[in-house]
Amino acid sequence: MMNSPFWRRFRRNKGAVAGMAVLLIVAAVALLGPWLATNDPWAMVEQPFVRPWAEPGFLLGTDTLGRDILSGLVYGARVSLLIGVVSTLVALLIGVTLGAVAGYFGGWIDAALMRFTELFQAVPSFALAIVLVAIFEPSIKSIVVAIAIVSWPPVARLVRSEFLTLRQRDFVQAALLAGQSTPRIILTQILPNAMSPIIVMASLMVATAILLESSLSFLGLGDPNQMSWGYMVGAARTVLRQAWWMALFPGLAIVLTVLALNLVGEGLSDGLNTRLDGRGK
Amino acid sequence: MKRTQFMLTRVLQGLVAILLIATVNFMLVRAAPGDPVSVLAGEAGASDPQFVAQLRAQFGLDQPLSTQLATYVGKVVQLDLGYSYRQQQPVLKLIMDRLPATLLLTGTAFALSLLFGITLGALSARRAGTWVDSGITVVALLFYATPLYWLALMAVLVFTVQLEWLPGFGLMTVGSGATGFALVLDVARHLVLPALTLALFYMAVYARMTRAAMLEVAQMDFVKTARAKGVRPGRILRAHVLRNALLPVVTLAGIQAGGMIGGAVLTETVFAWPGIGRLMFDALLQRDYSLLLGAFLVTAAMAVLFNLITDLVYTLVDPRIELT
Amino acid sequence: MNATVTSMKPLQPVLDIAGLSISLPAGADRALAVEGATLSVMPGQTLCVVGESGSGKSMIANAVMGLLPRPHVAPVAGRILFDGHDLLQLTEPQMRELRGRRIGMVFQEPMTALNPVMRIGEQIGEVFDAHGSVPAAEKRRRILAALADVGLPDPELLIDAYPFRLSGGQRQRVMIACALVLEPVLLIADEPTTALDVTTQAQILKLIRELQQRRGTAVLFITHDFGVVSEIADHVVVMQTGHMVESGTAAQVLGAPQHPYTRKLIAAIPDGQAQMTVPHDDLTRVLQVQDLCKTYRSSGGLFKRGRAVQAAKDINFELHRGETLGLVGESGSGKSSVGRCLVGLAPFDSGRIIFQGRTLAQGKNFRRGAAGKIQMVFQDPYASLNPRHRVGAAIAGGPIAQGVGKAEAMARAMELLKLVGLGADAAQRYPHEFSGGQRQRIGIARALAMQPELLVADEPVSALDVSVQAQVLELFAQVRAQFQLAMVFITHDLRVAGQMCDRIAVMQRGEVVEYGETQKVLNDPQHAYTRKLIDAVPRLAGQAGTEAKVA
Repeated sequence: MMNSPFWRRFRRNKGAVAGMAVLLIVAAVALLGPWLATNDPWAMVEQPFVRPWAEPGFLLGTDTLGRDILSGLVYGARVSLLIGVVSTLVALLIGVTLGAVAGYFGGWIDAALMRFTELFQAVPSFALAIVLVAIFEPSIKSIVVAIAIVSWPPVARLVRSEFLTLRQRDFVQAALLAGQSTPRIILTQILPNAMSPIIVMASLMVATAILLESSLSFLGLGDPNQMSWGYMVGAARTVLRQAWWMALFPGLAIVLTVLALNLVGEGLSDGLNTRLDGRGK
Repeated sequence: MKRTQFMLTRVLQGLVAILLIATVNFMLVRAAPGDPVSVLAGEAGASDPQFVAQLRAQFGLDQPLSTQLATYVGKVVQLDLGYSYRQQQPVLKLIMDRLPATLLLTGTAFALSLLFGITLGALSARRAGTWVDSGITVVALLFYATPLYWLALMAVLVFTVQLEWLPGFGLMTVGSGATGFALVLDVARHLVLPALTLALFYMAVYARMTRAAMLEVAQMDFVKTARAKGVRPGRILRAHVLRNALLPVVTLAGIQAGGMIGGAVLTETVFAWPGIGRLMFDALLQRDYSLLLGAFLVTAAMAVLFNLITDLVYTLVDPRIELT
Repeated sequence: MNATVTSMKPLQPVLDIAGLSISLPAGADRALAVEGATLSVMPGQTLCVVGESGSGKSMIANAVMGLLPRPHVAPVAGRILFDGHDLLQLTEPQMRELRGRRIGMVFQEPMTALNPVMRIGEQIGEVFDAHGSVPAAEKRRRILAALADVGLPDPELLIDAYPFRLSGGQRQRVMIACALVLEPVLLIADEPTTALDVTTQAQILKLIRELQQRRGTAVLFITHDFGVVSEIADHVVVMQTGHMVESGTAAQVLGAPQHPYTRKLIAAIPDGQAQMTVPHDDLTRVLQVQDLCKTYRSSGGLFKRGRAVQAAKDINFELHRGETLGLVGESGSGKSSVGRCLVGLAPFDSGRIIFQGRTLAQGKNFRRGAAGKIQMVFQDPYASLNPRHRVGAAIAGGPIAQGVGKAEAMARAMELLKLVGLGADAAQRYPHEFSGGQRQRIGIARALAMQPELLVADEPVSALDVSVQAQVLELFAQVRAQFQLAMVFITHDLRVAGQMCDRIAVMQRGEVVEYGETQKVLNDPQHAYTRKLIDAVPRLAGQAGTEAKVA
């Protein structure tokens, strides 16, 4: 399996391989969280403002309330990955369904769905996310829903354009002539051929979702029960002079994870021999 | 003539979009947990029974839903976006006071990101495969993965706190009383860090898009035709490759403009820039939902406007758009 | 050019290629794209390089211009003599000097060969700017003259127009204008008419011939069509997988081909000999089309009216069992639209389609009424099979959808694969493992799996090489005889129609302008358009009803 054409092409992209490695580490950290982090991230276990590497056991120092930053990073990984993946899945569910229907049926259904999608795209997505989370009280659920709501339009557009093109392909026409039913054609004939760009886009969407979630947490709209990377950076804002490390490490964690996801996305694009506009390379 | 018709259509569509967003605002207020009135009054205003009663009457909160919607949308059309109890001013005035600052910031960032993004992307494409290309690509990837607010904080840390080169807060030096050219210079100094940090993310986006588009266009048949005519490489790059590669970049810029306006919230918060984004952040802290929704509507209107402008620019650069 | 018959000075060739070899990147199906190619083009003469796809003929043209996609594809041996220099030894700036000024080139795809955002005048003006400076007024005058020279109407308007306003044929003329505006001594034409309609092709060939005669330009013409060769060539070189297998004057190569490959190619050209008509009576009438009309409407917007294009107007014909009707026309004639209406993939607006005595409903229920008995073979072998489905499953999919059991459907699929010459084990493979011709065979098997009574073939061989084309047409004839199928054969190539069809309907702009038995239509055409179409077909010397060009 590791020698299939997909993996061979993927492996050729050094950046993608590096990204995959980083992602696996982050995922491992997230999964093994409670066993790795010795402290509860919310517990005030030490003096505040301990510098990194100053004390054993607190590798990355402590924050304003004496909480262990390393533990915060570990638990933050769980929150970020969880929200990133779940919100992407929800956005995909909405976007693929709407895009497939619009692209396959065309006509007024397509026009109506496109107007609907354009409306969502006209609004600055981050501002909408802020409003949604603010109004419905911040929690993991509301954040996931808000991110999903602002993220589905690009997927819908991609799937729609894929379906519009594939719908006209001769093999779909042949399936129509053979009398295959509409759901069958959508699921077995068209969708498998549209999967590649969708997969590539999904990896990029997880990256965007993580950025969005951290931005929301930075502004104080994160789930109050979850220690997230964005929240940690937000807590550092007013004490930047005294404790620069409070902002540095969580930020680096975000940059690394998002970068890794982007690189993996490019690797997937190479491996699947496709681009986001659907044309094979 | 045809262009005017096209623009008129788009303006109409834009206005309809804004009205629809206002309707969404309305629905959000209703859907929020708790009494709609307390949502509208905000945390501060809800404690004042007189204010609450006033709101109830103004918005007709005991009327059927359709009448309420009509009242709400009617107010929006008359540019009445509500009243902020906490700040004791009409929402519209609060927003209008801050609008110029945000426009200055996002406008500058937009121009910077396009200018540098396209230049770097073109350079990267021109020297594809060399270390220049790899260097620019790596830098672009890094900035693309960096959260705006974190970049802003790090910039403040390095340039304001450590190096003390540039100011990191506000629009101008407080209490300096500078006027005329000195004032412009002062604002410009304060603008550097916020505009740059906001621009860097999008610079990465445009650089990557320009590079990809140029590499793709370079493979096209008409470039081969130009070479067969003996045209010099410099001209081929400018008049054939770049000219065509810019089209998808313009489209992308329109789509990203909305993102940049959203990103302004984060930048303004970190740099204490007195714009709409900062206003939204304050409204969040103060649980002042009227103000929040009002600011949201205005940012949406700005995004719609940006899209309109990009559409117009696109019709000017692509002669194939048949405005029949 | 003062040579009299008794002059002793031999004419020097404009282009002299000796022993040229061009390498391909690792992993290609062979090491050398071209091996040991040797040819020369004399002034005022046309040399045609003929071959099928993958023969390397275009590579030679690109190598002369220095336009090979290095470093993957590069010349590794030989020399190309032009103007006293070996082009392979020149630097890029030196080559640039020659391109457009001493050597002009025209490419295959006119629709993508011009910069879409640059005006026509500027694209021609570039050639002047690249090779010196000409004052603006003079430049404009010469551009207008160049546009008029290639037969384009309204040069004053065209000079400021963008390419999207022009048709394929017109864009090709602009390309020729760009290539010839500085009066080069050599014109390289890489399949310039392959993407054009037959009548447009005839016009472009005529244009090239005229310009050559007027200016004495040497022409290196790449093509796959022997008919074109016979129309314009003075000398011919035949290429097969990178090797030159035959060369000589046109009369020699076309009249008395030596190499078996050349003979095979010439024999594969459909000669337009009509078939015997099948005797029929009313009982076996499969299809009746009455007053069929189809109009495409583009939707209007807030400020514009929609446009209506009438793709088919009052089409009438009928078809009996075992008979083949040819729908012949150029692009835009409406033949494909009629084909789609016949199988039910596009709804028609008015008229009647009567299949096996039953009038089929318009719109959605058409296909259900036909119960899968009307099937289609599509044009593009690379788009007609789902890349993710195995071939066997693709063929069996039809019967399964109709209710046939899976095992039985697969058995039928394997039988059909054997019938079309691919063997039962092909069923487990994916489409990308097959060549274009083989994929068309799979397409035919798929259509046959439904046990159709009417088969509509929409340009089924247009995308195939000539030798493969002949094999697939043979398969059609075999299948038709075996199953006594009624067939509607849609094509733009009159030669193919002549070979395959009992009756021909010639279509122009949505209307049938001529309809009758093949022999009669081809030998005694009534309508002016039919005559024009027949004249435009590049014909080999010695074919019925044509005059051969004397080399």
